[in-house]
Amino acid sequence: MSIDLKTVKHISKLSRISIDDQKAKKLEKDLNSIFKWIEQLNQLNTDNVDPLTSIAETTLRFRKDQIVSKNIREDVLKNSPKDNKDYFVVPKVVE
Amino acid sequence: MSKDQYLIEKNGNKYEVIIGLEVHAQVLSDSKLFSTSATKFGSEPNTQVSLVDAAFPGMLPVINEFCVRQAVKTGIGLNAKINKKSIFDRKNYFYADLPQGYQISQYKDPIVGEGTVVLDLPSGPKTIGIERLHLEQDAGKSIHDIDPTSTLVDLNRSGVALMEIVSKPDLRSPEEVNLYIKKLRSIMRYLGTCDGNMQEGSLRADVNVSVRKVGSDKLGTRCEIKNVNSIKFMQMAIEYEANRQAELLEEGNAVDQETRLFDTKKNKTRPMRSKEDAHDYRYFPDPDLLPLEFDDQFIENIKKEIPELPDQKKNRFIEKFKLSPYEATILVSDLDTSKFFEKVIEKSDVKLSANWITGELFALLNENNLEIAESPISPENLSKLINLISNGTISGKIAKTIFEIMSKEDKDPNIIVEEKGLKQESDPKALEDLIQKVLNSNEDKVNEYKSGKDKLFGFFVGQVMKESKGKGNPQMINKILKDKLNG
Amino acid sequence: MANLIDLTLSDLVNKVKSKEISSKEITSTYIDRSKQSKKLNAYVEETFDRALKSSEKFDTKPDFKKKLPGIPLAVKDLFCTKNVKTTASSKILENFIPSYESTVTENLWNEGAILIGKLNCDEFAMGSSNETSHFGNVISPIDDNLVPGGSSGGSASALAAKLTPATIGTDTGGSIRQPASFTGIVGLKPTYGSCSRYGIVAFASSLDQAGPMTRDVKDCALMLEVMSSFDPKDSTSINFKRPNYSSNLNINIKGKKIGIPKEYRVDGMTSEIEKLWEKGKNYLKDCGAEIIDISLPHTNYALPAYYIVAPAEASSNLARYDGVKYGFRADGENLIDMYEKTRSQGFGDEVKRRIMIGTYVLSSGYYDAYYLKAQKVRKLIKNDFDNAFNKVDAILTPSTPSSAFKIGDKKDDPVSMYLNDIFTVPVNLAGLPGISIPAGLDKNNYPLGLQIIGKPFDEQGILDIAYSMEEKINFKLKTNDWWIK
Ligand SMILES: [Mg+2]
Ligand SMILES: [Zn+2]
Repeated sequence: MSIDLKTVKHISKLSRISIDDQKAKKLEKDLNSIFKWIEQLNQLNTDNVDPLTSIAETTLRFRKDQIVSKNIREDVLKNSPKDNKDYFVVPKVVE
Repeated sequence: MSKDQYLIEKNGNKYEVIIGLEVHAQVLSDSKLFSTSATKFGSEPNTQVSLVDAAFPGMLPVINEFCVRQAVKTGIGLNAKINKKSIFDRKNYFYADLPQGYQISQYKDPIVGEGTVVLDLPSGPKTIGIERLHLEQDAGKSIHDIDPTSTLVDLNRSGVALMEIVSKPDLRSPEEVNLYIKKLRSIMRYLGTCDGNMQEGSLRADVNVSVRKVGSDKLGTRCEIKNVNSIKFMQMAIEYEANRQAELLEEGNAVDQETRLFDTKKNKTRPMRSKEDAHDYRYFPDPDLLPLEFDDQFIENIKKEIPELPDQKKNRFIEKFKLSPYEATILVSDLDTSKFFEKVIEKSDVKLSANWITGELFALLNENNLEIAESPISPENLSKLINLISNGTISGKIAKTIFEIMSKEDKDPNIIVEEKGLKQESDPKALEDLIQKVLNSNEDKVNEYKSGKDKLFGFFVGQVMKESKGKGNPQMINKILKDKLNG
Repeated sequence: MANLIDLTLSDLVNKVKSKEISSKEITSTYIDRSKQSKKLNAYVEETFDRALKSSEKFDTKPDFKKKLPGIPLAVKDLFCTKNVKTTASSKILENFIPSYESTVTENLWNEGAILIGKLNCDEFAMGSSNETSHFGNVISPIDDNLVPGGSSGGSASALAAKLTPATIGTDTGGSIRQPASFTGIVGLKPTYGSCSRYGIVAFASSLDQAGPMTRDVKDCALMLEVMSSFDPKDSTSINFKRPNYSSNLNINIKGKKIGIPKEYRVDGMTSEIEKLWEKGKNYLKDCGAEIIDISLPHTNYALPAYYIVAPAEASSNLARYDGVKYGFRADGENLIDMYEKTRSQGFGDEVKRRIMIGTYVLSSGYYDAYYLKAQKVRKLIKNDFDNAFNKVDAILTPSTPSSAFKIGDKKDDPVSMYLNDIFTVPVNLAGLPGISIPAGLDKNNYPLGLQIIGKPFDEQGILDIAYSMEEKINFKLKTNDWWIK
């Protein structure tokens, strides 16, 4: 399976990372060499193997339905690159 | 095939409409699904946002047991299979109100599997299949109309627990959708798992619509109409969409499988996103969470908390109180209505109570656009009013007058009767005097009656009632009058 | 008294407790040396003034019951520290100041330690040479053109250069053990679930673990004891009884069965490493341990599986860096444009490459072929270890297939860079504890390390083995302070 330039651009779109043509070509080369190496996994038959879903061999622990986090709007907003004290602000979205 | 089936007709060809719903129901809980901030509706923007909700680096989800119980409870209410092991997955996409860049949801292994909901159609009961119910997080809210140049983001809703309830494509008309949503809401309100408040967005649905020629048993290509937040709009959207699809097919075109939005201003659906941006959600198990597992005992304990649900209550009302299926359906359809009814009948006649609630009270609520929980007349006072009728203190007619007064001021009807002197006149001596007075001043009519004009009896009753200012006991008036005229 | 700077952490703790040294003396000594060591580029954020004040405060009312009484520590900049800039060495987190503390660092401060600064690392811990940091590469104190390894390269360099008496790192595929091996120090990756991940900038959630980096095994046991805790804020944190690793430390490992996996004799492994491994076996025999040949048949598949799983999780974990809530934002014409520019300018090349790999392997049509396949391979690798641990108590391997390389040597060849972690990655995939201890020098006098892999939650077991080997090996790290002169 080889990765073409179109695929590289599609992945960059999905990842929300813009890349110029030069970078895209470099990535095409890198990804192809990486995936060529990754493909060695295909030598292995895994038809009857269950995938590992969690390495910690235990189950989900429950939390009580209690409100603990409150009144931290300032903390939540203070690092935002653009805020108006009440909201996060992003470029205008047209739906 | 019943003749009142909902069909779309184009050029003489009839199309059946196939509808499936994905309902998003907000779980009733104090705190969020994976974080400890509050879920209260209508709070100041970004005041109910924890570091987890805003996806700060290193923040991790920890699941709220109560939300799990609520989902299981709802599953039981939907007669569904409860899965003792389920998995949380990440659904990856970028949006301003999705701080993590993914929604934690359940994809391949949901907490609840197949179930059923029974609709009470005029033609009889119809069972709608439930495909699954899964737990997931809500996103925040993007606000486009405060700032002219920017979109503002409020994350108060981010992380609130939702149950996504997916139906099978078993619905066939806008009316069935109406009944389905109402039934689902009713069940969840009985269970206390979702308040069903559509104005506040606690219940919203994605509507999947396809059409097929009558007689065909192959499903057509469906469109998904996203995030419709009222039954009315769902119905309008289905109507529009079914017609649009039937037209396309008639013109020999294919229906594209796509996601559409219902434009409430134009009453039309339109494609939501351009195709090149087609979503690829890259689902995979959330590595911050482990499989959600519980045992039979956990489910059994929740079963013990399940109250009587609408269908059971309806059967009880029919069997125990001899109500008609129609009356019973109405009285159980809403948890508050059934509670109101059961409160009234604690001390009053069942049949009269059912009549007064489904008649006068519903009319009053409708007129003023009120929910039964907001009824201006308390169940206690309505019960007293009904008892005044039952024990003959007032007539049904006076009762209506008193009801009217009570609707403006929730007062004990006994006091109103006292104050306004509306007590029914049931003293035989006093009534006899009144009757004699009427007969005396209408001698000609008495003679006509005696010579065979029976119809005049009603005239005498009316005159006596008038003379008693409406307070005369009608049964007694009838009896005394008959004795006097025929005697 | 020996030079303060040469004392181990345990010695310092004892001397503070016996009131021979004050916290301020230690703190100012380490600060002075750190100030002289800018060439190494180990720090990305210094909190020297704050630290001095804290040490004074400690000295006025010292609490000698603490396990790290008034001890200054610099930590990897992947740990969120309250009111102290935390960047993960990325431009996209520039100027990010958390209002919260990671559980692991909180545990350190609760035991009396004092933060003196945040240490450089590979951007988002993605790298094996500390060349991907937005703040420039870290230099190894071993030699002026040598990488310290990665991703905890700043931690390794700072520790080896004695800018901090001990430190902590994170290890997703070898990020503690590989730089420890490259710089002649001890580094331990605990069992998955031992140290809380709360407040650590996530790379790959199912693999990330924090762990200690120290000058000797005893210090390592002490640090682990403080760091490791059950944390309800991390759903993958495991609630088990954590022993007092340092006081339990037992040098007697007579009768322990140590496995030697034949599959770790890989192509490209230098003969020096081969010899070192042989020497390691002999040390163990000298200690009375029994050496047993074992097989971990799926070893070769660990790295490619890792390079599916880790990027997949990373692509999702790093989606939150979008310019909306914190960190760097580039201007954009619309929301999507803003996202694409922010992430393009905010992330470095290696991070972008891994996000792309991860996005690709999860994307529609490829999930089964890559991600699911990798999770199955992961299961096989886990099974290999489970089988091996039916026969042995621990496993001995080299930490890396070669010693440290020159800056820039592998920068343009991602696969050869990835191969560096060939011995460490299987341990992360299986969630096991692993420790790297310095065991010798190569012909250039560059340090080499040996790795001991243990059963889940048997940190004590591998610490004991490391402790007894340490005595036999008697490794002494020598640097000539070239970066100060
Ligand atoms: Mg949907
Ligand atoms: Zn949903």
